[in-house]
Amino acid sequence: MSDKSASAYWSANVRIITICMVIWALVSFGFGIVLRPLISGIPIGGTDLGFWFAQQGSILTFIALIFYYTWYMNRLDKEFGVDEE
Amino acid sequence: MDQFTLNLLVVGASFALYVGIAIWARAGTTSDFYAASRGVNPIVNGAATAADWMSAASFISMAGLIAFVGYGNSTFLMGWTGGYVLLALLLAPYLRKFGRYTVPDFIGDRFYSQTARLVAVISLLVMSVTYVIGQMTGAGVAFSRFLEVENSTGLFIASAVVFIYAVLGGMKGITYTQLAQYCVLIVAYTIPAVFISLQLTGQFLPQMGLFATHTESGLPLLAKLDQVLVELGFRDYTGHHGSTLNMVLFTLSLMIGTAGLPHVIIRFFTVPKVSDARKSAGWALVFIALLYTVAPAVGAMARLNIITTIYPHTTETGQLDLERPLAYEDRPQWMLNWEQTGLLRFEDLNDDGLIQYYNAANPPAAADELGWQGDEMVTFNQDILVLANPEIANLPGWVIALIAAGGLAAALSTAAGLLLAISSAISHDLIKSMINPNISEKGELLAARISMAFAIALATWLGLNPPGFAAQVVALAFGLAASSLFPAIMMGIFSKKMNSTGAIVGMIVGLGSTVLYIFTYLGWFFIPGTNMLPNTADNWLFGISPLSFGAVGAALNFIAAYITLSMTKPAPEEIQELVESIRVPRGAGSAQAH
Repeated sequence: MSDKSASAYWSANVRIITICMVIWALVSFGFGIVLRPLISGIPIGGTDLGFWFAQQGSILTFIALIFYYTWYMNRLDKEFGVDEE
Repeated sequence: MDQFTLNLLVVGASFALYVGIAIWARAGTTSDFYAASRGVNPIVNGAATAADWMSAASFISMAGLIAFVGYGNSTFLMGWTGGYVLLALLLAPYLRKFGRYTVPDFIGDRFYSQTARLVAVISLLVMSVTYVIGQMTGAGVAFSRFLEVENSTGLFIASAVVFIYAVLGGMKGITYTQLAQYCVLIVAYTIPAVFISLQLTGQFLPQMGLFATHTESGLPLLAKLDQVLVELGFRDYTGHHGSTLNMVLFTLSLMIGTAGLPHVIIRFFTVPKVSDARKSAGWALVFIALLYTVAPAVGAMARLNIITTIYPHTTETGQLDLERPLAYEDRPQWMLNWEQTGLLRFEDLNDDGLIQYYNAANPPAAADELGWQGDEMVTFNQDILVLANPEIANLPGWVIALIAAGGLAAALSTAAGLLLAISSAISHDLIKSMINPNISEKGELLAARISMAFAIALATWLGLNPPGFAAQVVALAFGLAASSLFPAIMMGIFSKKMNSTGAIVGMIVGLGSTVLYIFTYLGWFFIPGTNMLPNTADNWLFGISPLSFGAVGAALNFIAAYITLSMTKPAPEEIQELVESIRVPRGAGSAQAH
């Protein structure tokens, strides 16, 4: 792999990591804690959406994030020809 | 068949299974012993990781932790799962590509420094040894409660079983026993949870039941719980109380700590490919979430259930009828059973033959008038919520036996993972990498087995003589993992130029500041009375609790490392090439140990 495509591969990886980490922080620290008052108007089962994110939603989002990242990286690995045989 | 025989049969059968697996999965090489020959299916590794990760504390105590605080302790749920995102995105695939056996291996080679390796070994040993004490005592307690043997006898049986499969099979034996242990513990946890959810809400899935309508009152379950708690003078369940900053930092510390725990990281060395390491982290979180999304439901439902058991009547307006609580003589059988263990205790303070349960520090308005003399549920151990759940839900005896087997599976699987991390740090990092690099493959395998036996003996001894600070020490383990190992590994991958001096200074600053902060409030080496400041929110720096400091320690680690790097020469060319190579997956299959 040339140096140029190596650095393109890595920056594409860092970009997708950054996007995933923003979502990771948004659903847990954001919706689950700091932003909970902002979304408290959305009721869910006797409480508000922030409570759901803190006890259920953030965990489900974490799972989705890891599988999305795995899928995305497998594609990226192939595209740059660095996948495992 | 009586309950005791049933417990014995179910626990005995599960142990026979573990030993059978151990004989089938004997380790013949160091690669077998340290990394199960890197031949573990990623989904199997996910289940093994889940069992490795979920300790006796997760299984027995977490639902209770959430039940008695409510929303505020969601930190544990987010913190102990969010770390897997960090593992999958930032650490696991690259460490798998690097292709070594231990965490200090990576730190020592990447930072081309025996000092860095030694710092990593020391923090690994401190955190794993402290963590394993809790598992061994947990296993001992589970034994004595369900099998009616002495605590110490229980501990010896648990050690003997771990000895058989860990010394014989190493990582290979541990992996496949953990898979079996995961199945046992998740079935044991789920069955009573489904039944309590059906009873309270009619919902089959506890995750749905938590947000469903409470059948008896017609109100949403959480609204009902808020209402009865406030009525009894407690804080509402869903409300946000306490410091937001502290909640954020505590969650972050648990997340970073999780990602930095060596016994979790080494599980990802066992899969065949880099892409498998990513996938495996996802599966691990799926298996963990099966328990972690059920735990808050169990907590809320069990708490409501206990309150409505004690106050069975409601007034016309739907309030609890405080004048007609449960009479002592009408206590259900499960209360009598658990009172015998001392974990639950009532005392009729005002001699009226009725049980009053309320917050005595903030009593309901009617308390005086009704002649209440204080909260009569004088002892309520939080662990009961999970342990007594099958009895509360009137489930058959085999479910109770399954809970016993599940609690033991959770304790033993975590203990085994920790013991492997400890023994490989000794045989591989200390003996092979530092003391005697010419040791033969056979010699190293023998050394690994002896270290394992030594680690089990040490853990058993510590389990028998637990230091008084065992509970606080778990916080220390997370703090250390967050502030020392995680930043070092991450910079080793994401910063090509990071050099040995920067990494060592970073680790020492992170580790030092965290230990110092914890000892300032909890006492030097946790010796009572030696703390320099009282451990209350007013005295904490910016209101940050010592338990939440790991995240700050990690930040200090990064800052110190980059400042040092800016004043020293960047890592040599060949190290930068090494970093380039671990960033791409291709070639992982051929990556050899040494």
